[in-house]
Amino acid sequence: MTSEFKQGAKALPSNLPCRHSKAGTVRWRQIAQTVRTACGRLLTLWGADDRDRDGRYRVYVAYLQTDGITVVEHEMEGGTNPTYPSLREFFPSALRMERAIFDLLGIKSMEPDHRGWLRHGGWPENVFPLRRDFSGEAQFAGVSEPYPFVQVEGDGVHEIPVGPVHAGTIEPGHFRFSVVGEKVLRLEERLGYTHKGIEKLFESMPQKEGHQLAARISGDSAVAYTWAYCAALEAITSAICPPRAVQMRALALEHERLANHLGDLGALGNDAGFAFGLTQFSRMKEDLLRTNLACFNARYLMDFIAPGGVTSDLPGGGSRLLLDRYHTLETDVLGMRRIYDNHAGVQDRFRETGVLSHETAWELDAAGLAGRASGIPHDLRADFPWPPYDKMTVKVSKQTSGDVAARVAVRFDEVLESLRICRAFVSNLAGGDFRSTISDAEPGLLGVGVIEGWRGPVLIALETGSNGSIRRCHPHDPSWQNWPLLEYAILGNLVPDFPLINKSFNLSYSGHDI
Amino acid sequence: MRGIAFVWQFGEVLLAIALAPLFSGWIAKCRAWMQNRTAPPLTQQYRMLRKLFLKDVALAENASWLFRAAPYVLFGTMVLAAAIIPSVVTDLPFASAADAIALIGLFATARVFQALAAMDIGTAFGTLGARREMMVGFLAEPAILMVFFNAFLLFGTTALTGMVDNYATHPSVFDPSVVFAAIAFVMVLLAENARIPIDNPATHLELTMIHEAMVLEYSARHLALIEWASSLKIFNYACIGIALFIPWGIAIHGATVGAVLIALLTLIVKLALCGAALALIESISAKLRIFRAPEFMAMAFLIAVLGLLVHLLLGANTSA
Repeated sequence: MTSEFKQGAKALPSNLPCRHSKAGTVRWRQIAQTVRTACGRLLTLWGADDRDRDGRYRVYVAYLQTDGITVVEHEMEGGTNPTYPSLREFFPSALRMERAIFDLLGIKSMEPDHRGWLRHGGWPENVFPLRRDFSGEAQFAGVSEPYPFVQVEGDGVHEIPVGPVHAGTIEPGHFRFSVVGEKVLRLEERLGYTHKGIEKLFESMPQKEGHQLAARISGDSAVAYTWAYCAALEAITSAICPPRAVQMRALALEHERLANHLGDLGALGNDAGFAFGLTQFSRMKEDLLRTNLACFNARYLMDFIAPGGVTSDLPGGGSRLLLDRYHTLETDVLGMRRIYDNHAGVQDRFRETGVLSHETAWELDAAGLAGRASGIPHDLRADFPWPPYDKMTVKVSKQTSGDVAARVAVRFDEVLESLRICRAFVSNLAGGDFRSTISDAEPGLLGVGVIEGWRGPVLIALETGSNGSIRRCHPHDPSWQNWPLLEYAILGNLVPDFPLINKSFNLSYSGHDI
Repeated sequence: MRGIAFVWQFGEVLLAIALAPLFSGWIAKCRAWMQNRTAPPLTQQYRMLRKLFLKDVALAENASWLFRAAPYVLFGTMVLAAAIIPSVVTDLPFASAADAIALIGLFATARVFQALAAMDIGTAFGTLGARREMMVGFLAEPAILMVFFNAFLLFGTTALTGMVDNYATHPSVFDPSVVFAAIAFVMVLLAENARIPIDNPATHLELTMIHEAMVLEYSARHLALIEWASSLKIFNYACIGIALFIPWGIAIHGATVGAVLIALLTLIVKLALCGAALALIESISAKLRIFRAPEFMAMAFLIAVLGLLVHLLLGANTSA
């Protein structure tokens, strides 16, 4: 990494080491190239309409590098056709984000694929909902628009369209398979069916209530999103969170990880036709959710974290209850791991299914769990430990085979590691307050909160407005990086193995479609 | 005595139609117990049938007569099959019209109609399911034929009723070939009835389905008939298995009313045990990858052939 673009960079409020610099058209691409060659990774890309302030549009990119996060800002004149150079050449995962930015803001990357990504005919082509002059109240008649999928031609090739409505109760997404017999030649995803206008909604909310909306972006990552939001806001206002609250937040984050991993491990067994696994893991998950309700006042920890701390203290006897739960859970999980590992049928389904090679994972910026299963041992809790993780060493699970079995193994490892972390926090819980007051932030400040959720790094970029309002808030789910991975992991596999492979990633539709 | 035979015949068919959903319910119950779940009530299958019969049919716009007729054909063939399987008595007038090979033909007819109906409306999943079903079917048929050949050699007849009669009159010494045939038969039963490890009857994942993918577009009374036919199919298979391998207690020609009652009770006990065993197999195994299914069926075929060889070799020894 050269220090060239670090000059002129200034620190940006964040819970992680973070700097901010501005770049013109040429430097925008130069920096991307420098970051890529220095093994940096793309975290997120977002745009903003600042025409009301200085007549310009802006596009921001956040990179994750070995020494922290770099946010680069690029300005465009607010004409009729604002464009910026695409980053796809260096970071292929940027493509869908660039398409989404165009749908919402009308700023175009210089990249030929301009098919609507989030816009499915729900609003007209020349309307851009995230622009300042767009009223959130406007209503449009939905129009069905054609979406040209890439065609595969050849002898015996045919297409299987799946979704967006599925046979089970799951989120909507469309998968277009091109197959020969049962073998998948190509998969193309189409997402955006659960677009809810979250970013626009943020702009109508006060800063002190934004965390509630953040919790609802993707319900399975409520804690990660709320914490990321609060981290950004607290960094901007330089608020100090009491040590007890910080530890309670980490407990909640680990509980969220546990609940999701337990649910997934059961569902993965079920998708391999081993229903016994599902019932066992469902019971463990339910026990954990009930413990959540008893200790944190919410089963899925919705709204437990709030700016300045957490909303409730651990009840009397809570520590005992938690430690007992961890003990039972650990015994049960170890037992189930033995069963999964020794079951020939289950292992036959898991191994060498849905292999995501290390090279592809690296090229596409595989985030979090999926990356760790393909030999990219990145975990923010270990790489940039923010409080309270700075007081301990988090052991990062790493697998290299990149198949379903690897993602299962990472989940088992992380469940056990989370239990160890939780025990450490509960045994050394600080005394004192669980919440502090927080003041309104100065207007026009940008802050970034990044939290390692169970799926990967969840990021919230927050720009403050006047009188405690939100000017711009961009939430980013690791699913943005990981959805394209699925298109590669399925190649050469059999059609009936897709649900298992899909489940092994278990990506968020809601968090992606925002 | 012919009059009473028709009563038996009629009674046995009614019994099969009435008991089949109970048998499916029992398997589901055992499976739930083995997986530490709260089990659905035994009557769950009947409730579901009632619910489906009360609903209005939603039919695809481009569905032809074939699509609408298939559920009736399916149900009809399964009832017909029940009529020639000696589950309680062997004195079945219909049985003389069709032997075990015709029975395989009946099952094949049902399969063909179901596959055609699945392709009739042209959805991707229907065709996918039909294709997979035919793959499993054409591998399963030779295996079950081999199982039957084994029995033909043992009892010298191709009629199921005749086999049971012969067994009762000559309770011959134990023949090891029967063990091979029984194992092969259970494997075929699992594959033919869309059970784990070949198919998963409880799945909601449309891409992995075989049997369920074919019936995705059916609703109301059509679906009820298909579900009922599925229950009848596994009931029939269980009864074939009982007749071939554990026929003790089945009332043979000229049996008294008392003997028939005892036969009925033994049948229920045997079915309960078979259902529990099936649930156990399903609970401890995972579903095979679809391209492992041919290996599974080839294994069934091989085991059945081994049974034949064992019989012939041992038979040669004893006669020498």
